[in-house]
Amino acid sequence: MSDVVEKTLTALPSLLSLDSQPGSAKLSSTSKLGNLIRGITELTSKHEEEKLIQRELASIKEQVSSPNTSMRQMKELMVRAIYCESLGYEASFSYIHAIKLAQQGTVLEKRVGYLAVSLFLNESHELLLLLVNTVLKDLQSTNLIEVCMALTVVSQMFPKDMIPAILPLVEEKLNHPKEIIRRKAVLALYKFYLIAPNQVQHIHNKFRKALCDKDPGVMTASLHIYLQMIQENPEGYKDLTASFVTILKQVVGGKLPMDFNYHSVPAPWLQIQLLRILSLLGKNDQSTSEIMYEVLDESLRRAEMNHNITYAILYECVKCIYTIHPKSDLLEKAAKCIGNFVLSPKINLKYLGLKALTYVVQQDPKLALQHQMTIIECLDHPDLIIKRETLELLFRITNAQNVTVIVEKMLEFLHSNTDDYTTIDLVGKVAELAEKYAPGNEWFIETMNTVFSVGGDMMQPDIPNSFLKLLSEGFDTVEEDRKLRLFAVDSYVSLLQGEPGKLPQRFLQVISWVLGEYSHLREELEPATVMRLLAKLLDMKQTSSETKSWVLLAMTKLVRAGQVFQSAQEVSETYGSSMDTVLRQRAQELQHLSQDCELRARVLPQDAGLEPLEVDSSLSFLDGFVSEALAAGAAPYKPPHQRQEELAQAKALSLEPYGLSLPISMSSCSIADRQSPTLLSMSSGLSGDSTDLSHKGSSTTLKLDGVKRVWGREGYLAQREAVEEAAQVEVPSPLRSPSQQAEADSSHSQTPTPTPTPEPDQEKQQLASSLFFGLSSQSSVCLMGKSEPTPQRFRRKAKGQASSSGAAEQISNSLVSAPSAVDNFLCNNLLDSNITSQVGISSSEQTSELSQGPATTNGTCDTEAESTDGDIKGSNPSLIIGDNGLVAADPTPHKDPGSPKDFCLSSHLPAELSELCRSEITPLCSNQSLGLSACHVHKEDSLVLVVFITNSSDAAIRQILLDLDSEQLQVSCVSDSPVEDVTSHSVAMHQFSLTVKRPSVHVEVVGMVSYQLPVGTPQEVQFSYKLPLTSFIRPLTVSTEEYGTMWLSFSHDTKQNLTLISDGEEPLTATLNVLKEKLQLHIVEIIGMEGIIACQLLRDQPCLMHCRVHADVLAVWLRSPVPDLPDCLIYHCQRALQEH
Amino acid sequence: MSLTTHFPLCFLFSLFQMQFMLLFSRQGKLRLQKWYVPLSDKEKKKITRELVQTVLARKPKMCSFLEWRDLKIVYKRYASLYFCCAIEDQDNELITLEIIHRYVELLDKYFGSVCELDIIFNFEKAYFILDEFLLGGEAQETSKKNVLKAIEQADLLQEVRHRMKSK
Repeated sequence: MSDVVEKTLTALPSLLSLDSQPGSAKLSSTSKLGNLIRGITELTSKHEEEKLIQRELASIKEQVSSPNTSMRQMKELMVRAIYCESLGYEASFSYIHAIKLAQQGTVLEKRVGYLAVSLFLNESHELLLLLVNTVLKDLQSTNLIEVCMALTVVSQMFPKDMIPAILPLVEEKLNHPKEIIRRKAVLALYKFYLIAPNQVQHIHNKFRKALCDKDPGVMTASLHIYLQMIQENPEGYKDLTASFVTILKQVVGGKLPMDFNYHSVPAPWLQIQLLRILSLLGKNDQSTSEIMYEVLDESLRRAEMNHNITYAILYECVKCIYTIHPKSDLLEKAAKCIGNFVLSPKINLKYLGLKALTYVVQQDPKLALQHQMTIIECLDHPDLIIKRETLELLFRITNAQNVTVIVEKMLEFLHSNTDDYTTIDLVGKVAELAEKYAPGNEWFIETMNTVFSVGGDMMQPDIPNSFLKLLSEGFDTVEEDRKLRLFAVDSYVSLLQGEPGKLPQRFLQVISWVLGEYSHLREELEPATVMRLLAKLLDMKQTSSETKSWVLLAMTKLVRAGQVFQSAQEVSETYGSSMDTVLRQRAQELQHLSQDCELRARVLPQDAGLEPLEVDSSLSFLDGFVSEALAAGAAPYKPPHQRQEELAQAKALSLEPYGLSLPISMSSCSIADRQSPTLLSMSSGLSGDSTDLSHKGSSTTLKLDGVKRVWGREGYLAQREAVEEAAQVEVPSPLRSPSQQAEADSSHSQTPTPTPTPEPDQEKQQLASSLFFGLSSQSSVCLMGKSEPTPQRFRRKAKGQASSSGAAEQISNSLVSAPSAVDNFLCNNLLDSNITSQVGISSSEQTSELSQGPATTNGTCDTEAESTDGDIKGSNPSLIIGDNGLVAADPTPHKDPGSPKDFCLSSHLPAELSELCRSEITPLCSNQSLGLSACHVHKEDSLVLVVFITNSSDAAIRQILLDLDSEQLQVSCVSDSPVEDVTSHSVAMHQFSLTVKRPSVHVEVVGMVSYQLPVGTPQEVQFSYKLPLTSFIRPLTVSTEEYGTMWLSFSHDTKQNLTLISDGEEPLTATLNVLKEKLQLHIVEIIGMEGIIACQLLRDQPCLMHCRVHADVLAVWLRSPVPDLPDCLIYHCQRALQEH
Repeated sequence: MSLTTHFPLCFLFSLFQMQFMLLFSRQGKLRLQKWYVPLSDKEKKKITRELVQTVLARKPKMCSFLEWRDLKIVYKRYASLYFCCAIEDQDNELITLEIIHRYVELLDKYFGSVCELDIIFNFEKAYFILDEFLLGGEAQETSKKNVLKAIEQADLLQEVRHRMKSK
């Protein structure tokens, strides 16, 4: 057929003029489109084309807006508009007419209208809303073609919010007598599932019906949905495994109508879809895998024909076999199959073979050994994509022994590569390997130098970050750390002495940091020399101002040596007046810190990188600021998605369709059911959040470690291991060359067929032996005789509280913290210059406070507590004990009383309260005559605050009046007749019931006691009592269905990612249990990777929580009718998990 | 820079869904474009320009697959026309190659020995056939007969109507 096509090119000129060739029979030579196309073809310059099209567009524009244009003409105009758009000229004026054409035209005109709409608009275009009614009308049409067209356009693009309007009609079509309609309806639902999964979850059983449809086309279409659903939750569909296997058996056995054959292979697309589904179902599941062994074997056997389509099926089959629970004879067949691919002379097959090999070597590294010579050849392949895939393969078999060769190959490729995307990817991989397997300091630093020079300013910023982190944290022994740093210093000094102008900015930043931090280690290196080198960087015109500020910071560290004072002064003078504020600030820092060594030692201590800093990621230290701002009338913060939503709601049209010919009640109630988030992915349901991003991000990186070797000892591997052990016994004599060893290895590694590689030359053999070294000996014995228990060289030291999520912050923190502390202090005090030494001293105190800030983490609580103390105006402040204990105490109330004092007071608790959960009894304030303490008791439906008034004097205290007030709380007195008098050395008790008026992370009650001693004037004592919001949280027991309904009706929400806890148990369950225990939540249901939780804020103010595991974080979405409640709750969740 | 970062994150995409399909001539003229992921016009133009350049620069004996950003490009030349599809890395390149081939077969059958001119002058038909074969980036109907039947039914209607009008 392609021959036929070939001839047209030569025939083109004659065709244009004569119009007599067979191919042109259908072209209308007189049509305006024909003329336009011909006109364009004849033109020679882009400029002329533009002129012509502009003229054409003007004429189209005029005609479409004329009222006299018939729909038929409109159709023709629309085709021309499409043509102009496809040439890259905008014809947006025609969009609205395309919709009109779809709306008003007859069937054929409609078809063009719909086509134009699908080509012109995308999913989010606002004009699409105008299409909804047309689609609704056509879905109800009796004309099959109109229904088809409506379904086609709906499956391509449909506004997400409008799905509920047409969903019932599309669902109805699942029962349509015509298979083409049923098929399209299934695909439309698939599309809905992708863009709004929660809207279609109620029709899962209908999907099952589609799966059992008598028409193979409908059944095939339903597999798209199943593939997607199984990918998200394989556990939920295990029961279907047998059905899928049966279908595949029938397909492979040729039971489908001949129509579905493609090059005499039965329904290949269907087969591939089924194989993908089976591999998802059989992954890590032996019993499910066993069901499919037979059909997989048959698939492998049947796919014999030498055609691309059979190879496509085989590839999918191999992937499946290596994904599911292993079976030795299948693995053997699959391995053979991969061999055929890799050895194929067809380049496409070779590529796929490499890809398959890359996929399986993680589980079976020895397979790479069998094909080592092919792999070597592919490394030198003229087609870059083959080379690239080979490197990918090598990347996955890298170990401590072959790392140098593989990294060398990767760097070689990088040097010749011009594609940015590949560079970024590969540079990241080299850095990863270098960090993991570096054989020595020198090699590591040199490799990283190349990474930085080649990766330049495109590479992922975490590469330099983690490199610097590694340097500063150290990894092994103090001596080794010192050597590594020394080597880095030496290497960078010589680089700067060369041509620093050629180095990328990021690299220069790394160099500056290292020299600033560690150049003192090299004693014979004069600080002045380093200073001069750095100053040279400042003078280069290509140096960015970001780099300059790194350089200035490095200089600030260097002046500690003292001798370079003069040049530091010069530099700071030059940049002290820079227009760039950051630079100017750095210059100021340099100037002041070079004059004041005491301050410098405090701000920039040597080896500061070693001290772990903690970061308060919840920014709780800003709470005070926030509440002040709120009190001053500022609007509460709303996350962007919520703002957008509200904005959309504010200006949105009414989206309920009018004139819908179906009962309204039905459509609206089903909407409510549908949106219940119980089962399905929430994050995909609404506007994007960071979860998705992080998920995406993590999927690009390779998870090399922790890859399980799927099969057990008794499996296929067992045989191989036995052989290897034999190989390991014969310890190679030192005289044996590496290549011989490699040969020995490969000969031992049980090749199913003798490898048909031609005798390779010596050089390649050597390369092979170095590349594949260590692969065969992985299990225990090391051929080099040097046993290395830890293959990973730079193992990070275990840090005290290094939590997985904190890692990233810590990286940046350890780098930036010192300067940022300086920033603050400079902003506050120094920038307006005229600093006397006095100011310097006082600010240095502040600085130290600031730099301590992060170290005390969540220090806010403490400082807040201090400030509350300040409020208490008792007569003897020295006796006041702060309420730190309560505020900082974990939110779970203590059941058993702690201190003896607590005990004696607790005995005063009324019986009905003493059995309940309560907080510690905390002293509030006291003076000579009277002491106040309080605790809060968790009743099921309320929170009771109990205030104890202890009379510590010898006389009775009278006329006691206790008055409580709170901004956030509603306080009501519980006691019927409050005690007014307390006799000497006894205790009175007041009870108050508290409810939350306005949620806040912590709530506070301020109170005042006035009393009268027998002698003297009336006295007053003020106090305050602070308690976390969690005291007001109670579990809310709802069913999943109720939850779904409630979810929809709540307007305030927030989203955040939380750290997952993984101590042994399944992480999701473990994390949710911690939250349940600490915060008194009710876990409604856990399904797969998702969980839903409900709680209420006293009283009856529900808050719902939806959690979903994404990579290694927990994406949490909270909703509540109460403003601020979600935000407060998420804060406590964070705290609870941190404290865990 | 990842292509996926340009998508609104609220959309969930199947790992095996085609991202877009382009048809262009040996001279680099775009003949057909179908986008299965929402992208801005600017982005589309940029992608098209880059890809046309890259693919045209390939030599005949080279692999039909390309790595491009974080996607795989599968392309095949038929006479003067290049058919070019973008898929996810996890997808199967060979089956995509066969999707292209099946589409060419469908065009061939419909137009009767299809040539580039057929596609130039009747591009809307080529789109109709594509929509009947691939829906939302997934193979919708793999039976050749069924695809053509659907198209012909609609076409037939056209002729009937024409005749009625001319009477």
